[in-house]
Amino acid sequence: MSIALEHVNYVYSPGTAYERHALKDVSLEIEQGQFVGIIGHTGSGKSTLIQHLNGLMKATSGNIYYEGQSIYEEGYDMKKLRTQVGLVFQYPEYQLFEVDVLTDVCFGPKNQGLSQEECEKNAREALELVGFPEKYYRQSPFELSGGQKRRVAIAGILAMHPKVLVLDEPTAGLDPKGRDEILDQIDHLHKETGMTVILVSHSMEDIANYVDRIVVMNRGEKMLDGTPREVFAHYKELEKVGLAAPQVTYVMHDLKERGFDVAADATTIEEAADDIMRSFHD
Amino acid sequence: MIRDITIGQYYPAESPIHRLDPRVKIVCTLLFLISLFIQNSLLGYVIATLFLGCVIHFSKVPVKYIAKGLKPIVILLLFTVVMNLLLTRGGETLVHFGIITITENGLRTSVFMAIRLIYLVAGSSIMTFTTTPNGLTDGLEKLLHPLNRLNVPVHEVAMIMSIALRFIPILLEETDKIMKAQMARGADFESGNIIQRAKAMIPILVPLFISAFRRANDLAMAMEARCYHGGEGRTKMKPLRYKGRDKMAYIFTLIYIVVIFMVGRFVPFKLWVF
Repeated sequence: MSIALEHVNYVYSPGTAYERHALKDVSLEIEQGQFVGIIGHTGSGKSTLIQHLNGLMKATSGNIYYEGQSIYEEGYDMKKLRTQVGLVFQYPEYQLFEVDVLTDVCFGPKNQGLSQEECEKNAREALELVGFPEKYYRQSPFELSGGQKRRVAIAGILAMHPKVLVLDEPTAGLDPKGRDEILDQIDHLHKETGMTVILVSHSMEDIANYVDRIVVMNRGEKMLDGTPREVFAHYKELEKVGLAAPQVTYVMHDLKERGFDVAADATTIEEAADDIMRSFHD
Repeated sequence: MIRDITIGQYYPAESPIHRLDPRVKIVCTLLFLISLFIQNSLLGYVIATLFLGCVIHFSKVPVKYIAKGLKPIVILLLFTVVMNLLLTRGGETLVHFGIITITENGLRTSVFMAIRLIYLVAGSSIMTFTTTPNGLTDGLEKLLHPLNRLNVPVHEVAMIMSIALRFIPILLEETDKIMKAQMARGADFESGNIIQRAKAMIPILVPLFISAFRRANDLAMAMEARCYHGGEGRTKMKPLRYKGRDKMAYIFTLIYIVVIFMVGRFVPFKLWVF
């Protein structure tokens, strides 16, 4: 088991007018190599949750284990944890600061204490993994397009060789093409390296095609947890909390209600199309 | 961590102080600050404490919250106290040890200076805690309106102030976010000598500056898109008007000022019990 959360609670600014219970008794286990989607509405606690995974935020109560060891134990090496659980923040391009792309990606490995050559080697590998064109390696990161900046920022985390990659809304603010490219790249990465990937999003459509498991957060609580098929079966409950299942789910349910012989639990468009074709041929 | 800085922030609550006209709060705060410096007797400080205590009590802002706002001035406070303690001469000598001489006057001045500084910050933070940045600017603009005749761009100054105030929490949050993002990349802000630490700030400062400029640019664009063109001919949606409670507050503060002035002037005996 890679990461385990036990009854984690987090309260913002306790004892003031701004007090907010952001996480309520969240327990979660994530296996090594899993591709997990965390979904929730704005303010559902998903960003708070993932910042606990690498110790940037400390739970008010509860415990978190990484590879079986409690990260709140005295003398636990947080810096090492942060390189193992790589966290890519929302709009990560706003953290770029170096004079050129390659140097910026080297920042992580340099903090790990690697030599200049090793840093550069890791950085080049990471940039290649995210599909960043080599001719721009020496360009200032501020001159790149939004999508390319984001790739550089993700590479900045990958260059540390994390075992777990956590991404907070990696597609926010990108156009549909950029979104699909980034998501495909992450999927490719997951298959290639076998690392655990945790993807945070508020859009079911985005992640349904990629993840093996979805965790739905609502008002700081874990509401649903299961395979996309299992989660989308609860599409009525999802609607109540302001989320929606992918459109194919609705189409398939409608078809079924009108007497077509289709399985209502298709999660991707391809799957649904095959099923509809099958029902016509029968 | 960095979110703990509370100075200059608004504390939302339903209280009689929150409902007061911002002009009242600005003028009364100013009067209170002046009152701290026109007297120097124990009785005067007792009265000032009572006044401040009353206001804090009615404002419903927790004392803990105000105390947190004092944190940034701790060093200044210590410096003032030590300097006054060691350098003021006069009165009976209390301690004499090598080059250190502490006199009665020195002790007295340093204690009063400390109280003054604390009340100064606490008094003005009560104003910012109970008034929204918009309220503050509106109040200030209205108060300074007569200066318009002297060609002082009052509205613009007020607008700049309100934007600056509004940006404090935004930039703090931004700093927090960038810091966390760099920590996630293994950055270390806590260890190392002073030069290493200063160097460690670069990954925070560069993105922070860029984001500040980006935000300023966005804001300017948004304002122009809504046809903002300065103060000329601009009307208010909620014009400020004095109500009964505002007059009460003025009267209350005036009584306080008169009492404190009288105490400072006419109470002949030095109420300094040591």
